[in-house]
Amino acid sequence: METRKNEPVRIGFYVCHCGVNIAHMVDVEAVAKYVATLPNVVVSRNYKYMCSDPGQEMIQTDIREQRLNRVVVAACSPLLHEHTFRGATEAGGLNPFYFQMVNIREHDSWVHTDRLEATRKAMALARAAIQRVPHHKPLEVKKVPINPDVLIVGAGIAGIHAAITMANAGKKVCLVEKEPSIGGHMAMFDKTFPTLDCAMCVLSPKMATVGSHPNITLWTYSEVVKVDGYVGNFKVTVRRKPRYIIEDLCTGCQECVANCVYKEPKFPDAFNLGLGKRKPVYMPFAQAIPSIAIIDPEVCLNFKRGKNPDGSYTVSDKCKKLCVVACGDRKAIDFTQKAVDKEITVGTIIMATGFKTFDPHRTPYYGYGVYPNVYTALELERVINASGPTEGHLVMRNGKEPKRVAIVHCVGSRDENTNRWCSRVCCLYSLKLAHLILEHTDAEVYNFYIDMRTPGKSMEEFYNRVAEEGMHLVRGRVADVYPDPNDTASGRLIVQAEDTLTNRILKIPVDMVVLSVGLEPRPEAEDLRRLFNLSCSSEGWFLERHPKLAPVSTFTDGIFLAGCCQGPKDIPDSVAQAGAAAAEAFSLIDKGYVEQEPNTAFVLAEECSGCKSCIPLCPYTAISFNEETKKAVINEALCKGCGTCVAACPSGSIVQNLFEDQEIFSEIDGVLAPLPQ
Amino acid sequence: MPLALITPNLKPLKPLMFKPKVAFYWCASCGGCEETVVDLAEDILGVVEKVDIVLWPVAMDFKYKDVEAMPDKSILATLLNGAIRSTEQEEMARLLRRKSQYMIAYGACAHLGGIPGLANQFTREHILKFNYEDGPAMANEKKTRPQLVTEENGRTPRLPALTNVVRSLDQVVEVDYYVPGCPPTPKITRAAVTALLENRLPPKGSVIAPDIALCDECPRKATKPANISFREFKRPHQALMDPQKCFLAQGVVCMGPSTLSGCEAACISGGMPCTGCFGPTSRVRDQGLKIMSSLCSNLEPKDEQGISAVLQGIPDPIGTFYRYGLARSLLRRKVNLPTD
Amino acid sequence: MSDSTNKTPDGKWTPRIVAFFCNWCTYTAADLAGVSRMKYASNIRVIRLMCSGRVDPQFVVDAFAKGADGVLIGGCHPNDCHYVEGNYKCLRRYQMLKRMIADMGIEPDRLRLEWISAAEGEKVRRVVNEMVETVKQLGPLNIPCKFEEWDKEMEALAGHVAHSQSAAGAACPDHAKPQTAQTAHV
Ligand code: SF4
Ligand code: SF4
Ligand code: FES
Repeated sequence: METRKNEPVRIGFYVCHCGVNIAHMVDVEAVAKYVATLPNVVVSRNYKYMCSDPGQEMIQTDIREQRLNRVVVAACSPLLHEHTFRGATEAGGLNPFYFQMVNIREHDSWVHTDRLEATRKAMALARAAIQRVPHHKPLEVKKVPINPDVLIVGAGIAGIHAAITMANAGKKVCLVEKEPSIGGHMAMFDKTFPTLDCAMCVLSPKMATVGSHPNITLWTYSEVVKVDGYVGNFKVTVRRKPRYIIEDLCTGCQECVANCVYKEPKFPDAFNLGLGKRKPVYMPFAQAIPSIAIIDPEVCLNFKRGKNPDGSYTVSDKCKKLCVVACGDRKAIDFTQKAVDKEITVGTIIMATGFKTFDPHRTPYYGYGVYPNVYTALELERVINASGPTEGHLVMRNGKEPKRVAIVHCVGSRDENTNRWCSRVCCLYSLKLAHLILEHTDAEVYNFYIDMRTPGKSMEEFYNRVAEEGMHLVRGRVADVYPDPNDTASGRLIVQAEDTLTNRILKIPVDMVVLSVGLEPRPEAEDLRRLFNLSCSSEGWFLERHPKLAPVSTFTDGIFLAGCCQGPKDIPDSVAQAGAAAAEAFSLIDKGYVEQEPNTAFVLAEECSGCKSCIPLCPYTAISFNEETKKAVINEALCKGCGTCVAACPSGSIVQNLFEDQEIFSEIDGVLAPLPQ
Repeated sequence: MPLALITPNLKPLKPLMFKPKVAFYWCASCGGCEETVVDLAEDILGVVEKVDIVLWPVAMDFKYKDVEAMPDKSILATLLNGAIRSTEQEEMARLLRRKSQYMIAYGACAHLGGIPGLANQFTREHILKFNYEDGPAMANEKKTRPQLVTEENGRTPRLPALTNVVRSLDQVVEVDYYVPGCPPTPKITRAAVTALLENRLPPKGSVIAPDIALCDECPRKATKPANISFREFKRPHQALMDPQKCFLAQGVVCMGPSTLSGCEAACISGGMPCTGCFGPTSRVRDQGLKIMSSLCSNLEPKDEQGISAVLQGIPDPIGTFYRYGLARSLLRRKVNLPTD
Repeated sequence: MSDSTNKTPDGKWTPRIVAFFCNWCTYTAADLAGVSRMKYASNIRVIRLMCSGRVDPQFVVDAFAKGADGVLIGGCHPNDCHYVEGNYKCLRRYQMLKRMIADMGIEPDRLRLEWISAAEGEKVRRVVNEMVETVKQLGPLNIPCKFEEWDKEMEALAGHVAHSQSAAGAACPDHAKPQTAQTAHV
């Protein structure tokens, strides 16, 4: 049933109680009564849960029995349930766009405290919708085909898991990683809580799968530099930075490394956080995927020192190039390699760009960077890792094994001065590290915690188990770390804290301090957010569309979140979320098309004067000038419906569907109309 | 859009049984509109022969009483020019409305308030004081002001009072049609009169002009670039103007994009940008705001300072964007002015 | 009467603020404020647009003309507009609009533009409260009432003309029936 022209408007109005969420602050009956007095309103009801089946059926029945041709529901935010009620409107036999939603929960009952005022506000907002709907036009949802390929940004455990999931299902995946190898933070860990299995043992098979999967194109040492288009059809430019080794020719034999003119590794090794050393040509780490060497132009003798302004390096030809000789016929080394930009088209994107650990220089009272025996937890992971710089021997920078170790929880977490959030994993990894220290040494271990937070499956059990292993658990925030005045030679430190259970100030002498640094958004998250048109929470994590109902979706259709880029989480949760993101991407891809909200704009062909004012305004170059008719035209496929051109057309000759001038003016009129006293 | 589009029911002219009565009247206007009517009368004497002019103060001798004595609706059409800003004008407007079948707002002042409408930025007192006391050309030492009522030789002549607010005609009485322009061009006037006499009238409330902006018929249209981006605004006297090129392309504010066409771009052809006298299209409620929106959207700078620097090039936005339309704009008048 | 519309049932004036929020940032932030149960003044009436670039200056002035005491525009932060640049276009118009309303006698503080991201529910709360405070300080604007007041000067005359003319109209002689376009052409 479509409304014909001139058919009188017949509106059905429904105000929802939302249990008590709305009804406790808004007198829904009064609202319904008031709306019943407004022009064109045929039915005005209130109901406990409009979004429930009976609520939706009520709308459908009324449409049929009362011959409604417009529907207005006052309930929660349209961002939540507009879709539901459009569906009900359609099921009742009307065009779904004859529906309008009024937000009286998020924008009213939940934020106001005066029932009378909140009720009057609900009336005003309802009136705006009642005045708006008569102007609504029937519209059609456009279906745009979706490109089945997917881009995954970041190849830590979340990105890896999402990539394998998608690729196993036959989707073509492009996996882009900033670092020369995939693996992310997990590759750096020694063992993982609560199972205490070796991180690399579980990760490396997955990494290998990624490296060899026919459906995965792996681009490491690469960054996304440009994103255009929209869901179903993103055009992405990826910059592949030069590693000075031709990927296709390198076999990973590492003979170049062995034969480098530097006989000994000399330069701090990033993977081991500078605790180990590497040569100018190196393999990121033993199990790196892809297993391809890389040359660091900052230190390689065959390059001039320092970057050119464009970021490239100049070849100096100063070195004997023994590496090239060693590589021989493989000819994989290319000192002239340049960055290359690759353009790909994908339908969906999964962001798995991870986190960074808190930089403890920001908490100077813990002495990180001042006292050599203060470590971050991540550094300790490398130190006790069998493939780490000390081959798994827990020794300090001075080569000695610590006798007493303090682990300081919540560094850069739950702290007004740094980050307010709980990083969720620190208590557990601190317990794990304590366990590992006890396993490797006879040291006394002190864990200083604020609260012991161990939520999640098997986590409390893990805590109970390792807590019995003989570590000291001290409840109290560490205030200070300073050298032991009585023992300046050995580098011994005093950890000062208040034990809040006994109300005593403790000063504990230790050899080693481990800072359990929290998780933070990556510094480049801000740039990525702009690039991908995402939102961030005030802390800087990527914002999910809805914390409960759309936790891996974003406000940009077709882009999903996995892992710690959305907030701190542990490995199981990251993997679960990666699976969820993959599933969301699937459901889009396998549908075959994306539905586009028909809020596009169009130029009134007769009325446009061809003044061209609108043409430069469109961010998507959807507007062009037709040289034949001398008028502007909007390419509907390109228009995304911002309405900027509509507001700017000086002769009012552009119309935006769903947001027509007349519709907005009626809303303005409606919210300001006098209310009954 | 050709005029024929808004007068679709072309019926052949039937011979007139008797001459329809027509009235011309002027209110707050400069006289330019009257001039066009005179021009027109010479131009289409044939038409004038077909009508019986019952009131035309500028050319013929009729009195208020004569009109008052006429039966209601006995005049086919009144073409009234000028804004309404005195009690006399208002009274005449009401009287003529009552006597006329069609009330036609003739010219920008009746249509939109026109130049006199700019007085809506000031109080009545301010205007009187300036005009009778402070004005630079004023030699009125005693600061005498016109008195509404005076005694003279036993008579008490009364003067009409200036109203606080300048109004377009339709803010005072119901208007059937608008003939736009300052003044309306002969072509537009002819179209209106012909439509009236031939009974091919568009829907009530129409403006007798194509409902499309001026760029459509502008001779410089082709020279407007599709990527305009304003770095500065100049006024026409501040630069040497290219006589072929779109004014906006030269950084000069032109109201053409937000102004009805039908004038055949007379000002542009005369080397001046459009100042908006034909008023907005039917799709726009406030001509000044709409041109402002379009110009500002296309500024080059993105930062507050840069933006405001470019906008300094428009020192008087009200006078620029509401040259003719202030009285009929959304706010009508400076809202904090008192009335007395 | 238009001047009663700004009053609460107990007869006190309370400002009415019309807000135009972009769908992607500020509207979502207002939803977030709701979900977080933040409390703020109830004087605000939000109209959702897709982007602050859709805010036609006519909407703002129309809101004032219809009785708003203040108008708030909310969009994404610079560089964050969901549609890339709509917010810049809004900012440019806003600057001129501020000047124009000031020239037209409306205190510029009655119009405010704020960039509020989807995560800033707290900013919605703060800005709305501040705005309500500012407008309270400024007092009622109530333009519809001004229109009525201005037009009072026409009432007397309207009555007079109607009276004197209805007499003439009633005495309309037969031979001079009101002319219509139709009868003029028969
Ligand atoms: S701004 Fe309006 S009139 Fe000008 S070209 Fe664009 S659609 Fe046509
Ligand atoms: S509505 Fe926005 S996206 Fe669509 S054509 Fe206009 S400016 Fe472009
Ligand atoms: S979408 Fe928020 S300002 Fe453009």
